[in-house]
Amino acid sequence: MSFLPKPKLHHPKLPTNALGFTRRDYEGAISTLCAGCGHDSISAAIIQACFDLDIEPHRVAKMSGIGCSSKTPDYFLGASHGFNSVHGRMPSVLTGANLANRELIYLGVSGDGDSASIGLGQFAHSLRRGVNMTYIVENNGVYGLTKGQFSATSDKGSKAKKGTINADEPIDLVGMALQLGATYVGRGFSGDKDQLVPLIKGAIRHGGAAFIDCISPCVAFNNHEGSTKSYDFVREHNEAVNRLDVILGRAPITTAYGPGELRDVVQHDGSVLRLRKLHSDYDPTDRVAAMNYLQERKAAGEIVTGLLYVDPEPSDLHASQNTVALPLNRLDDAALCPGAAALARVNAGLR
Amino acid sequence: MVGTHAAADKRDERLRRQFANVNGSGSASANQLFAKSILRMGIPIASRNIFPSNIQGLPTWFEVRVSGEGHLGRRGGVDLMVAMNPQTWDRDVAEIDPGGYLFYDSTKPLPQSKFRADINVIGVPLTQMCNAAYTDSRQRQLFKNIIYVGALSALLQIEPKVIETLLTEQFKGKERLAKSNQDAFHMGRDWALANLECPIGLRLAPSDKVGDRIYVDGNSAAGLGAVYGGATVCAWYPITPSTSLAEGFERYCKRFRTEPETGRKRYAIVQAEDELASIGMVIGASWNGARAFTATSGPGISLMQEFVGLSYFAEIPSVIFDVQRAGPSTGMPTRTQQSDVLAAAYASHGDTKHLVLFPEDPRECFEMGAQAFDLADRFQQPVFVLLDLDIGMNDWLCEPFAWDDSRRMDRGKVMTAEELEAGQVFGRYLDADGDGVPYRTYPGTHPSKGAFFTRGTSRDRFAKYTEQGAAYVDNMQRLLRKFETAKAHVPRPVERPAAQPARAGVLYYGSSSAAMTEALAALEAEGVHLDALRIRAFPFHDDVLDFIARHDKVFVVEQNRDAQLRTLLMTEGGIDAARLVPILHYDGTPITARFIHAAIADKAPVLNVVPMRKAAP
Ligand SMILES: Cc1ncc(C[n+]2csc(CCOP(=O)(O)OP(=O)(O)O)c2C)c(N)n1
Ligand code: SF4
Ligand SMILES: [Mg+2]
Repeated sequence: MSFLPKPKLHHPKLPTNALGFTRRDYEGAISTLCAGCGHDSISAAIIQACFDLDIEPHRVAKMSGIGCSSKTPDYFLGASHGFNSVHGRMPSVLTGANLANRELIYLGVSGDGDSASIGLGQFAHSLRRGVNMTYIVENNGVYGLTKGQFSATSDKGSKAKKGTINADEPIDLVGMALQLGATYVGRGFSGDKDQLVPLIKGAIRHGGAAFIDCISPCVAFNNHEGSTKSYDFVREHNEAVNRLDVILGRAPITTAYGPGELRDVVQHDGSVLRLRKLHSDYDPTDRVAAMNYLQERKAAGEIVTGLLYVDPEPSDLHASQNTVALPLNRLDDAALCPGAAALARVNAGLR
Repeated sequence: MVGTHAAADKRDERLRRQFANVNGSGSASANQLFAKSILRMGIPIASRNIFPSNIQGLPTWFEVRVSGEGHLGRRGGVDLMVAMNPQTWDRDVAEIDPGGYLFYDSTKPLPQSKFRADINVIGVPLTQMCNAAYTDSRQRQLFKNIIYVGALSALLQIEPKVIETLLTEQFKGKERLAKSNQDAFHMGRDWALANLECPIGLRLAPSDKVGDRIYVDGNSAAGLGAVYGGATVCAWYPITPSTSLAEGFERYCKRFRTEPETGRKRYAIVQAEDELASIGMVIGASWNGARAFTATSGPGISLMQEFVGLSYFAEIPSVIFDVQRAGPSTGMPTRTQQSDVLAAAYASHGDTKHLVLFPEDPRECFEMGAQAFDLADRFQQPVFVLLDLDIGMNDWLCEPFAWDDSRRMDRGKVMTAEELEAGQVFGRYLDADGDGVPYRTYPGTHPSKGAFFTRGTSRDRFAKYTEQGAAYVDNMQRLLRKFETAKAHVPRPVERPAAQPARAGVLYYGSSSAAMTEALAALEAEGVHLDALRIRAFPFHDDVLDFIARHDKVFVVEQNRDAQLRTLLMTEGGIDAARLVPILHYDGTPITARFIHAAIADKAPVLNVVPMRKAAP
């Protein structure tokens, strides 16, 4: 493996966003993943989402653990600081980073082994704390980087490439995220970019803990007959509950829809989550109903995707910490050090 | 001022007292009252809680050392035992030095066989007095403690005014409680004056030896140091004996770091789910330009290993306070040791070396607690501050905290947006200044310059992933260079030359300091002269190696089984094992002056450590 700097050839006709950036400005190094790996599609979706949202690339902090999925932050947003930490511990590193500077956008990328196996604890606790972040698990049901062992999200009965059948119950990260209090929960599929890009956009504009489970087939180790995380299997069993559009600013409705078909959810920052319902009885603002629905459909063998839950007025870790508005990393000596006079008073109290 | 110094009995110079109590019985405040009253008389004390790892039920001791010379370490032996706990009676009685005193509750008569002939016995019917005075069982228990403090005040000539003042301070705003405590105190005192021969041979005379010193525990001091050092993020997981460090930080933050206009916090404290998350948060916060730390003890250090290696190799500052306890494994969680020296110095897999600081008392916990953040930022790597249970959880008498208002945080080599804009070359792992220390940028600094990818995998000078051997070696060599540079920046050792030229020396560190000072004096009185050097940091300053080179033999005093600092000296300094003689105390109790004295005196003749004759002109 080696690093290949990507030539930046700006075509004069490339479309630009409100900041004057082209999509190229959101790209990173050339991927070293296998051709056809689902993870690369997710990187492309992240690039698209950041471009669409007119984000300044350097205001994003990209964090990850270890795995093929965790390598991807090198392959998008090359002008951002990135941090490939240790296996399963991205959430704690991201939490610390977020505490230090509340003004950046935190994008955590992880794998199913990274988050559901070794890092299940950190996954859970970062969501419980409501860290303001977009947390994406690129879920392929295996450990790609270590060559195809089952991960904890692998379905019971799913077949490994070498023929072994997985005997253990899978961990459903979406179900856990809902139960743990994540305030934005979605599931996508790397093979459906139209669905995934708005899910990521909505998550980035969400002011709390946003979690996306993105099924992302591993073409090298888990894309065969008998696997429940292959492209074919996921396409066949994918049941989207809604289609999302993220609209910034004013949101005129252009296409005609039947009554009750559309629902706008306005997030705290003014962004509008416009949902076209595919299942008329699905209410993505009802956490308990969402959990029940997911359990039911899972039992029926469906892979439910879409924006599954959103709390439009989320809280976050800084709110519960009651930290000052200025990022902690910008506080200076005067704000931090009480000084000699205060110390003399401390001394006096200790005699 | 009360009376004059009753110098008749030399023993009052080295009064030491042990309370035996039942943990959770509410006596901690009576113990504090007793200790503070002596301090307020201007007499130096050292006090220690000795307690097991549970909340209620098992015996605990509170030990007060009073020393006319001002020695603050543990001496060893007991002159006055206040035996309040039947469970440990035999052991308590056995511990008293011949000629010493036993103070006990004489309500229930005890057979003669329960006492010793060579000690003085003082019985006070505490339970009987309480039962007569109070009806409520809780009150009976509570005031019993104050009553015995009253009796002790008469026996030891503690000024009643001092205790009255302390009680008034303690129950400020709760006048009724203050009054009932005063009454209980006088009940005990009056009974003793009327019924016992007061004072006894151990007595206290007002002194001026305390001066402006303060009485504080090391964990609070280190927490305060972190406040002064500019820490804004604390992530921790509860573990004895480090918990009160994070709590101390929080207490001082509430006082000093609350934004006056809004009531909002200039800090964040996260009680993490485990130590892995604690150190992960510290690293994330530091990577992003905040000063962050965690506080833990041995088991937590073990869990943090992988992340510590990341902090070292990816060069991200991290500050770790390790309040050591007796290991290995869960070990003796409420007993003290200095047994994480190697675990800290070489934490994590692969080739790593970290900065380690060894504070000797709360005053240094404060100083090093603040300095650790400068060092971590300057050298972009883990910095361990090794306290131990003895310093961390006991109140120590020490010099007052000091701060120079002209001092500023040293944020190390951080390249700014302006510098990047001006075209300065930025290579995250480039040794631009030849001292091994590279420049870093904070995330979000500049729209198009200075971003890099942080990773625990190997990379070249410009942070690009590489597995090329030459680039890897280049980087590992630079890390060594950086470590070398750090030598001159960590706290220097403190040397204390012997009164006469000495052939032998002694090295020691951390909480052994107070007992060492006393042991040196005792040895000197016997004609054993030793130059002494207190090590304050790893990497070792050249002074340490010079010191060893200047002496034939060097004792290394430590509170662990395996002579860990000695191993570190041998490995890092290339020193011959035979020249370093280990003196090891590791039963979980704080090292005593008597122990060091005896251990060195024992070995001194064999090693020919008698004073050299005055050098010929
Ligand atoms: C502490 C530790 N244990 C084991 C490994 C080896 N390892 C690297 S990646 C990985 C699994 C990655 O799986 P996943 O998170 O699903 O990522 P994927 O490669 O499938 O995208 C493992 C076990 C490691 N890097 N660190
Ligand atoms: S091994 Fe699997 S997960 Fe890894 S890059 Fe290849 S296809 Fe992707
Ligand atoms: Mg995987």
